[in-house]
Amino acid sequence: MHKGYFGDYGGMFVPELLMPPLLEVEKAYEEIVPTKSFQDRLNQVLRDFVGRPTPLFRCPNLSAELGFDLWLKREDLAHTGAHKINNTIGQGLLAKMMGKTTLMAETGAGQHGVATATAAAMLGLKSVVFMGAIDVVRQAHNVHRMKLMGCEVIPVHSGTQTLKDAINAALRHWISEQASTHYCFGTAAGPHPFPLLVRAFQSVIGREAKAQMLAATGRLPDTVVACVGGGSNAIGMFHEFVPHPEVEIVGVEAAGTGEPGCFHSAPLNVGTDGVLHGMLTKLLQTKEGQILPSHSIAPGLDYPGVGPEHAHLQAVGRARYESVNDSQALAAFSTLCRKEGILPALESSHALAWVLANRETIRPGSQVAVCLSGRGDKDMGIIAEAEAKGLM
Amino acid sequence: MGLSILTQKIEAARAAGRTALIPFLPGGYPDQTRFWEEMEGLDTSGADIIEIGVPFSDPVADGPVVEEASLACLEHGISLQWILDGLKSRPTRFQAAIVLMGYYNPFLQYGLEAFASDAAEAGVSGCIIPDLPLEESAPLREALAKKGLALVYLVGLNTEPERLDLYARHAAGFVYFVSVLGTTGVRELLPEEIAGRLKVAKERLGLPIALGFGLKSPDQLKALGGLADAAVFGSALISHVKSGRPAAEFMARWQGA
Repeated sequence: MHKGYFGDYGGMFVPELLMPPLLEVEKAYEEIVPTKSFQDRLNQVLRDFVGRPTPLFRCPNLSAELGFDLWLKREDLAHTGAHKINNTIGQGLLAKMMGKTTLMAETGAGQHGVATATAAAMLGLKSVVFMGAIDVVRQAHNVHRMKLMGCEVIPVHSGTQTLKDAINAALRHWISEQASTHYCFGTAAGPHPFPLLVRAFQSVIGREAKAQMLAATGRLPDTVVACVGGGSNAIGMFHEFVPHPEVEIVGVEAAGTGEPGCFHSAPLNVGTDGVLHGMLTKLLQTKEGQILPSHSIAPGLDYPGVGPEHAHLQAVGRARYESVNDSQALAAFSTLCRKEGILPALESSHALAWVLANRETIRPGSQVAVCLSGRGDKDMGIIAEAEAKGLM
Repeated sequence: MGLSILTQKIEAARAAGRTALIPFLPGGYPDQTRFWEEMEGLDTSGADIIEIGVPFSDPVADGPVVEEASLACLEHGISLQWILDGLKSRPTRFQAAIVLMGYYNPFLQYGLEAFASDAAEAGVSGCIIPDLPLEESAPLREALAKKGLALVYLVGLNTEPERLDLYARHAAGFVYFVSVLGTTGVRELLPEEIAGRLKVAKERLGLPIALGFGLKSPDQLKALGGLADAAVFGSALISHVKSGRPAAEFMARWQGA
């Protein structure tokens, strides 16, 4: 009964028709992923194709200004420009070993779609990506990248025509195509075993960061920080540090515009328990249980739910979850560009913004490690719009 | 729990030498007034059980017709509460047994115990929850059982005999057999595999089987030679009602199936 749960959160709330393929993925997760041959192949691809390990970089200028050491785990330097590739390579290799011929995915901003198309092309698999019709227009650049890699991009016109509807469409498609297709779920959410599977492939972030921090300073970081949408870069960064109670863990959600009536994306801060996309977790919903639309300037954080393990880490007090609004994220984006010559994704800018906003409460001399989950080139259109509106 | 009224309704149809008819209509469709008129029409034109759809913002098991109808109902303010209140306020009960079909979250937010109690009072005999497989179903099943209501499970073409046996231990009322590996919506043909799978399901489950998803015409049922005890139709009925014609007219085609 409690298989697939993190405390009270998680589960497999899916149609019976999806239980056989999910149990097939669970079996593969348990029997193939831990084997030496799988891990050897995964590590080889992560090194030679993805470019791992990514550096842990100490920001010289900001550290001097802040009075504590600010470290960035540079996932923006991974192939395709974000941490998403860690997961798609892992699931792509697994899908091949399971005898599947197609990788299917949902995408919001398009980063996971690009990472899926990339992994599929390299592994000789077909790829199909569902994307909300509104996102297809907003993220035309990433749609083009996917198509160049031979991916079939299917616009989703139902519901709010964004990420949550793309997930609904992908789940529907999987029901009929389960024999040939692996659903390469993009974040550490959804029905069991996806939260565990995605964590297994993203936890390389925290493992590397811990080893790099120990090598550089001889001790663990005092605080690790990551942005949380579905929560895959965050669980990847946090997982290695969860067993070390002396390491403070901070997840940062998107508060949207911060104005009254804004559809924000902070279910851990203001949501309630409910079931969506196969999991029991914190959701933005009405009291009748209808899912509310979300909003953030960072497309990758724009989701009304969150991975169940984050709801659990919050419930047991092991991690705390704060929020940062659009303008704070934009300011942090500018700061990192000017002070350190790094153009961060707007998602990652939320994590950085929390550190900058809380500089007074962080003890001088601390080591603070932020997961810089992606690069911001994809956000240039949004940045130009914000500049035109005088928001920056 | 004694023999569910749902089982009794289907057995009675079988005794009369016909397939039981289970129309599906989303609560509040096509509008709040016509919905109750259509319910009356279904009730007096041969429905043995009527499934009322409870709208949800993210219906992952539904095809475009049911999804569109469901989202339209949400926009008109239809909720689980509205459906239960409407059923409660009727002066007389329907002859057909009533089942609510909807995704889990609205029921969960209502409160499982409170829902079971209000549903019993409203004359509801059971629930069908497409996103609640056996593993997650105990809390709702137990809350319903306390009030004498059945949780009706769904199985399909890819449910292996071993899983059917697990379902058999907890199933009540009838079992909903999904006839396609896909979402709701009409299909031209039923897969040939269905007959064999249906036979195994009947043997393992020990309850009446209702066939649903994809049903378009009574001929599809005849081809199965009586293997299905009941037929559920949703998308075809919704399309019919949407075009402005009464539900009772649609039912007439299926009588004697």
